[in-house]
Parts: sequence; C-alpha cells; structure tokens
Amino acid sequence: MSKKAESSGYKGEALSALTKAGCQVGDVIRVTSKEKTYEGILIPRSETGDTEHVVVKLKSGYNVGVHVTPNVKIEKVGKGTKPSFASPPLPEQKPELPKAVILSTGGTIASRVDYRTGAVRSALSANDLYGVVPELSDVARVKTEIVFSIYSENLTQKHWSQLAQTVAEHINQGAEGVVIAHGTDTMAYTAAALSFALQNLPVPVILVGAQRSSDRPSSDAATNLIAAVQAATRGPFAEVGLAMHETPSDTAIVVNRGTKVRKCHTSRRDTFEPVNATPIARVENNEVIMLTDYYQKRDAAKKFVVKPEFSEAVALVKFHPGLDPAVIDWHVERGCNGILLEGSGLGHVSKYCFDAVSNAVKRGVVVALASQCIWGRVNMNVYDTGRDLLNLGVIPLEDMFPETALVKLMWVLGQTSDPEEAKKLLKTNIAGEFSPRTLPQEIGVKGDE
Amino acid sequence: MEIDYAKAGLKVGLEIHQQLNTQEKLFCSCKPELFKEEPEITFLRRLRPTQSELGQVDPAAFFEFQKGIKIRYEANRATSCLVEMDEEPPHPLNMDALEVVLTAALMMNMQPIDEVHVMRKTVIDGSNTTGFQRTCIIASDGWIKVGEKIIPMQAASLEEDAARKTGTEDGGKTIRYRIDRLGIPLIEVATAPVIYSPMEAQEVAFAIGRILRDTGKVMRGLGTIRQDLNVSLPNGALIEIKGVQELELISKVVEYEVQRQLGLIQVKEELRSRGIKAEALTDEFVDVSEVFRQTKCKVIRKALDKKQSAMAVKLAGFTGLLKRELMPDFRVGTELSDRAKFWGRVGGVFHTDELPAYGVTAEEVEALRKTVGASEGDAVVFVADTEENILDALKAVVERAREALAGVPAETRTAKGDGTTRYMRPRPGAARMYPETDIPPTLITAELVERIRSNLPEPAEKKQARLMTQYDLNEKLANQLIDSEYGVLFEAIVKETGVAATTVAVFLTEALKSLRRDGVQVENVTDEQITEIFSGVGSGELVKEAVADVFVWLSKNDGKNLQDAVGALGLKMFSKAELAKLVDHVIAENRQSVDQMGKNAFGMLMGIVMKEVRGKADPGLVSALLRERLK
Repeated sequence: MSKKAESSGYKGEALSALTKAGCQVGDVIRVTSKEKTYEGILIPRSETGDTEHVVVKLKSGYNVGVHVTPNVKIEKVGKGTKPSFASPPLPEQKPELPKAVILSTGGTIASRVDYRTGAVRSALSANDLYGVVPELSDVARVKTEIVFSIYSENLTQKHWSQLAQTVAEHINQGAEGVVIAHGTDTMAYTAAALSFALQNLPVPVILVGAQRSSDRPSSDAATNLIAAVQAATRGPFAEVGLAMHETPSDTAIVVNRGTKVRKCHTSRRDTFEPVNATPIARVENNEVIMLTDYYQKRDAAKKFVVKPEFSEAVALVKFHPGLDPAVIDWHVERGCNGILLEGSGLGHVSKYCFDAVSNAVKRGVVVALASQCIWGRVNMNVYDTGRDLLNLGVIPLEDMFPETALVKLMWVLGQTSDPEEAKKLLKTNIAGEFSPRTLPQEIGVKGDE
Repeated sequence: MEIDYAKAGLKVGLEIHQQLNTQEKLFCSCKPELFKEEPEITFLRRLRPTQSELGQVDPAAFFEFQKGIKIRYEANRATSCLVEMDEEPPHPLNMDALEVVLTAALMMNMQPIDEVHVMRKTVIDGSNTTGFQRTCIIASDGWIKVGEKIIPMQAASLEEDAARKTGTEDGGKTIRYRIDRLGIPLIEVATAPVIYSPMEAQEVAFAIGRILRDTGKVMRGLGTIRQDLNVSLPNGALIEIKGVQELELISKVVEYEVQRQLGLIQVKEELRSRGIKAEALTDEFVDVSEVFRQTKCKVIRKALDKKQSAMAVKLAGFTGLLKRELMPDFRVGTELSDRAKFWGRVGGVFHTDELPAYGVTAEEVEALRKTVGASEGDAVVFVADTEENILDALKAVVERAREALAGVPAETRTAKGDGTTRYMRPRPGAARMYPETDIPPTLITAELVERIRSNLPEPAEKKQARLMTQYDLNEKLANQLIDSEYGVLFEAIVKETGVAATTVAVFLTEALKSLRRDGVQVENVTDEQITEIFSGVGSGELVKEAVADVFVWLSKNDGKNLQDAVGALGLKMFSKAELAKLVDHVIAENRQSVDQMGKNAFGMLMGIVMKEVRGKADPGLVSALLRERLK
C-alpha cells in the first residue's frame, strides 16, 4: 500500500498522514481541519511539490492543495477509480492507400499530462497517436512502432544510429513513406543525422513534432502529423525532411530539408526555419506543393545506402570574447577526433586561441568552422584572422550552420578515422547541406506576420 | 400567470463573474484592455476535441470539429502577446488578481484554499485559443447575509476571461474572435442553489455586486460583469443560463425560465395523453422541393434558386403543440428551430403549426402533408438549405421532439436582452477539468490571509454611516453612492479636489443615472477624467453647472481631456479682469436705468451679465463685481 502512495509523488508529512489513514490515489477522501473540510478524490502529487500538502479533486472538478498539520484529520470515505487513459479504437485500414510507417521517439507530439512531475510527459504510443488522429486512415495504411520513449534532449548518436537502421528496415520492407514523431528540441539534429546516414533514399523520411502538447485542443500535433504522413506518402521527393507549421495559423505545414532547418523560437508553432535554403514543400488543403526544383526524386528502384555510424569523440566550441583556449586543449587531451569551432562573423576566433587550434590540428584532430551568425556563408579570405586560421588547417564549412556542421563532423568521423579522408568527406556535399547560392529572400529571421 | 414559486419547488443558484481592475492580465503582462481598430495580426486555427482524463469527448465540440469549423483570431500588439496567441506558455499567476479575489472571499466569510492549483476547463467553441479556460479556486464555504437570510457561498474562483466573438465568415464555417479580452482576470463567485424566488435571485446578485464593488478593484461598465443562473424545477431540469448582463433582468430571466419549464412539462403530459412514443419520432426525411417548385415564399425560393433543396420530417402527434407559447414571442417551435440553427447552421425551420404564412399557401401545406404522409394529428417541419445542413438540422429537430416526451432537456441557454433565453449548447460533460501543468501551485500563506483580513474594505452598512457623518450626506445619497460603481472614486475626488461633497455625490449618482438613461455612454469616461473635471471645478476653471456637458462631450470623444472639452464647448472661463470689463460695459450701456434705479438695478444687471457668461463665470464673482461697481 505505502509503496503505491510513494509512487504517487507524496513524501514526508503528507505521505505518512495518507499512509496512516490508509488512503491511496484515486480514493475518495475527507480532509478536516479546524475551519474547513474538503472531500474529493486523492490526486497524485507533483514530485517537485512540497511535502506538506495533499491534493484533492473536488466534486466541482477543481484541484485544491490542503495543508497537512498534526491537527488535520484525513479519512478514507470511499474507493474511487484511478485516473487512467484508455486508448480509443483504431480506425480501419483502406487497402488502396499507400503504406506509411510512423515511428515514435517521444516528445510533445505524443504526450499526456504527467502527475509524477506535474508536467507534460510523452506517454502516447505511436498506436495511440493513430487512434487519436483518425483522419490518418484516409491518408495511408499506417504501421506504427515505438523506437524510443524519451525526451529529445536525451537522445545521443547511438539513438541516431538505431533510428537510421529502423527506418532502413521499414523502407526495405516496402514502406512508401516514413514519419518519425520526435521532440522538437533536438529534432533538427536528428534530421541532419538521418540525412547523412540514409543516402540515396527511395522514399521520403519526414520528422514531425509539436510545440503544443497533444493533450490540449489547440495542439499542432495532429495537423503536423497528418501533413507529415501526406508528404511522406505523396511527396515526389525522397529526402529527409522536417514538417512543422509555417506560421502561427493551422493552415499550412512546411517541409524543410533535414540539413537546412533549425529550431529558432522557444515556443512558437512556426519555430523551425529554413536556414540558407528554400523549403522543399508545403502541405496545404491536403495537397503537397513543391517549392523548389532542387530535390532528390522519389524512386522505389533506387539503390539505398545506410551509413549509420557516428563518432562520439567530437566537440563543439563556441567562440566568445574571453574564451579560454584551455577548453580546446582539454578536448584534445580527452581524445577528441574532431572539433567544430562556432566562429564569429565570417568565420573567426581570436588570435589567443591560435596556439590551441594549431596544436589540435597537429595532433590529428579535424578542426572545422561554422559561423555563429547562423544565416549566411563563412568566408575566411576576407580578414587576416580568417586567412591565419585557414593556414592553421581549419576547414571552413560554407553555409552550414553550427548544429548541422557538428552532426556532419560526427558522421564523417564515424565513417573514417583518417583525418585527410575526413576533411575530404567534410567538404563533399552529401545531403544538400551546402547550397552554392545564397538568395536574398533566404536571409534573416522571420519577423512578425 | 401568477406562479407560486415555493410550491413549484424553484431552486436558483448564481454565478457572478466580474473583471478585475488589475494593471496586467492574469497570465501575462499585457494590458487588460479592448481595442476598436482593425486588427494588426490575424491567424487561423482549428480546435480538436481531446479526450479528458476519463476518455470523454464533449459532444458539441466533437460535432463542430467534424464540420471543419475554423476560427480566425484577431489581435493587436498593445493588448496581446504570444501568451494569448497560445504561442507561449502562460507566465505565473498574477498575484494582484489573487489578492482581489481573496479580499472579496474574506468579505463573504469564505475559507481560503491552502495551495491553489490552476485548472484547464475545456472550452472548445474558439473563445479560448488554447481550447480551455484557465481557472482556479481561491476560497470556499462562506456566507453572506441578504436581508434576514443567510445565503451560503460555495466558492470564489479566479479565472481568465475569454476572447470575444466579432463575427462569422464563410457561411458560419469560420468564426472570428478577438483575443484582446482573453486573459483579463475575472472573479467568479457562486452561491449554493438556495434561492427560491426570482426577486430573491436579483437581491442576492445585488448584494454580491455590492461586495465586489467594495473591494474597489473591479472593472465597471457594460460587459465587465456577467451573471450566470442555474435554474431548476423538481419535474423540470437544471438549466444553466449564461450571460445575463444586467442585474435588473435577473428576476425576469428566472420568471421566464420557470414559465418555459412549466410549459414544457404540460407539453410532455399532453404528448403522453395523446399516446406518442419515442419510436414514433423517426429520422425519415423526405425531399419536398417539388412541392415548392412554384412557391411565393422568398426564403424557400432563394434556396431552390441556388440549387439547394427543401426537406421535411413528420412529427407524429405534435400538431398544435408547436405553436404553444412558452415565453413571450417564444414557442415550442422556437425550441426546435434553435436546435436546427445550432446543429444545422440553417436560418430557421418552418412548421405546419404556423402555416399557411410567409408566402406558403394552404395548397402547398396540403401537398407537403401528403408528400410526407402526415395525418391530421401530425406536425411537419421543413428546411430549405444545403443537403448537409438540412440533414443536421432535421436530425436535431427530431432529437428535440423526442426530448419533449421526457419534459425539459438539461441544456445551457443564453440570456437575451428582453429576459427570454435561447438554446446555446448541450450541457458540457462533467469531466472538463484537468490540471494546468504549465503553472506551479501557488501557496496562500497564513501571513497573506492575515494581511488582507486586517485591511478589508469596510462593509457597506458601516460605510454608509461614515459617509453620512464624514461628508454630511443625507441617507439617500450615501446609499446611492454605495450602490453605485463610484463609491471609492467619490472619496478620492472630494479629498483631492476640495469640491463640495454633495456636489460630487449628486453628480456621481443622480446625474450619471439620468445621463445613462438619456443614452450617454457613461463607461467611456475614465475615473481619471472624472477626477480631472472636478479638479477643474475646484480650481475655478470650470463652473459646476458645466460638469455634465463636459462629461457628455468626453464620453463621445475618445482620448481627449478637460482642456479639449472646454475648448470645444466654448466653456473657457472669463477671467476676473474680463468680467470686470464686461460689467463696466453693461453698466455703461444701461446708464440711464442705473441712474434711475440706483442699487435696485442690481437684479436687472445681474440678469444681463449672467445671460452673457452662464457656465463661463462663477455667479458669486459676478455679483461681487457688480455690487462693487454699483456702490
């Protein structure tokens, strides 16, 4: 019994009072103090809550926290039902529709209220998602699989490898489009990783997330998911893309290239911005509209290559005024094979870092540079500092923004341990991560609509 | 109809909502104000019904979603940020707002909650961008005394106001809401259902309103207060009536609702005596477009010209019942029609109890009856519109007719300006509340409660006595001040401007009341502007006779001040020098009379001068100058 009370988040005074009264979460209880009496269902306590209050759901539906003191009497009045979530029935599959796979990794697109922390938690399985968004049954025959159930900030290179292999298996089994439900925080990193790992794709692989959790009526999860499945099964392209809201409206979902997309706002629905690129497609009114001619074509006959290895010995060092060059030394000492410098402006780090950079290169570490400006292209020929860095052996990474550049470095060093070969691979355009031209309309952050 | 409410078993509970006058909104730092201009930002959303913790979906919400209803939100930068747009999580609870609710709750003898948990109440009609209203209970279990009766108070809650509907587009498929009002803090106070007559309901609402005003922290004016009523009869149903805006209307709304329920109970009994069973009321819809091919009825004509159709359904045994009046200008047929409008998005329905009329001929009615196979005792209901809308509308009509067999359906209704009510939506399911996890629980500490308890505004009776002694007001004026929305402002003005208390009190009560009666938008003038007017009186820039004119001008001219009003109305006061000159001039012009009458000419001269300067000079000063010159 007490075990159950513990797992309900109660601690200290509140826990012992509840245990003494023989109350479990879900029971109807009565809490009486000198001035007042509350009766209702005992609700689990958030773990971050204090130890002195019990939470009761009143008949009116409101939750209230009641202070537990030695003078407060708690009684069990009746046994209640435990709060639980029942999966809705799955819709029927229509045989004429294309086959899609939805892989779930956790995150806001698949989440429920969590009493444990009092926060939103990923809890819906990919299956639940399908049941909750029955419209999907008019778009595709959907197969679902839970690959992980973790927040996106807990994903690492190992997860990328596993995810790439899972995607490959499904494509090899005949999936005509793959959708990956992913937490938005690191979704762009995963998109870049899969872009490098899954080469010569025959069908689209679309990452999708939500900025408003799926437990609320205004969630963007369903709209994004439906559009992602539409893009994955009907899009004429075959690349890793990321599908999210284009504006704060629910009208259009935009698919961006996995290597050229970045989370740019902490909370808005249209947080993902194309960086130095044009989006691939827009999904509007159930139509997939291509926005560029520059894309890899869908073709089931393509010879698909999977290269899912990523190095874990890669570091990102952001240059800032006053950066201690010992940070670079420390990474080298720790056995780092690659360092991505996030330089200022056109691609600079201060002269006082030169010794550390030079030492790293001499020790066989691949040192590359992308700009912390995010938008625009690195050009290290304009100023002395840039030319000096080139001479030290730093590799400029064109118009890749730091996160994609970092993922690419991890992937490159997962493919080869030879620094020279790595440098060559690093400069090769693998998955549209370099664009030869930067157009004026693609510069800058979107303002207010 | 004289009704014995006690015998009828009437029970009424009240829920009073009033906006709080805080600096910021409840969950962000936007100003709690509305805007009239064109919106700077618009965005389009859909709300998807989610399963509650118990797996239930609100039926009306799910229906609207299935029909693809979209919402266009309107915003501007001054009154909304990303929080109202549901593009950013809410900020922590506004503690000023919590303190106002706590103040009112303590005045109603309630017990504060120890730890406040903000909840999400599912509201999916689009009035909340999130799809839920954030609300939390602050105190519970109190009482107030109304006359000699103790009225138990259930709870005082703090919640966010909703967006306001500004229109529809696209044949009702897109609803427009303006989010300026969204997030303005509201206090909600609920009584137990222990009110037994319409008049008592009004008195209790009045008493609660008085307490809220006593806090000095609630907004005033139309739309800032809203009364919801829960009305039930033993053989009827619990009906939730939303949005009674005027206090004076409450007793009438209750009266009409009792009439409506008693009428529906009679209809039920009559249907029973006619032997009508639910199975007899079926969803058999018949296309009757052919019947109306040559019709002179404009509504049907218009629909058929648009290639829409007309469809009908037979209501077995209903003839004569649909025209039965339940409230003024509201019949059983209106009940059916309201349902059809809500569920079928149609303009209304026709039924045989009201025909022939509206251009529909007796021959057409005959043909209609024949086409649907209606016998003499049956009523026929029909609609002309798109097929989708017709099917939804007629389904709703049959559903409502079946409910008539059971008496009064439990539903949520909305109050009209004449005191009648109309169908609003079905009663929402019970499981509408779930925790707002983006906001951590807030403690109401014993220290906070003590601080507020020891600074409570004085209760009305005490205040009345004090106003009478401190400001030398008569009982009637003191009483009126307390009942007005300006009790707090009165004291501030007298203190600040030094204008005679009676002058200020009379203006804020009787004068404003009569201006309001004359159609002046009294709420357009802010407290600051009213204070400014009396400062003008205090400093001699304005005569007290001109106060009302300035007030009316300001109510019509947004964003202007006293100087603008004085300029526009030509109320600039004569300086003493100017007056002296005028007096001299008048004396000179009337030299002859003055010489003849001497000091007795005063009255005549005073009249001439005042005619010239009324409203622009203090009569006392004129008289002094005149006397001096006449010496």
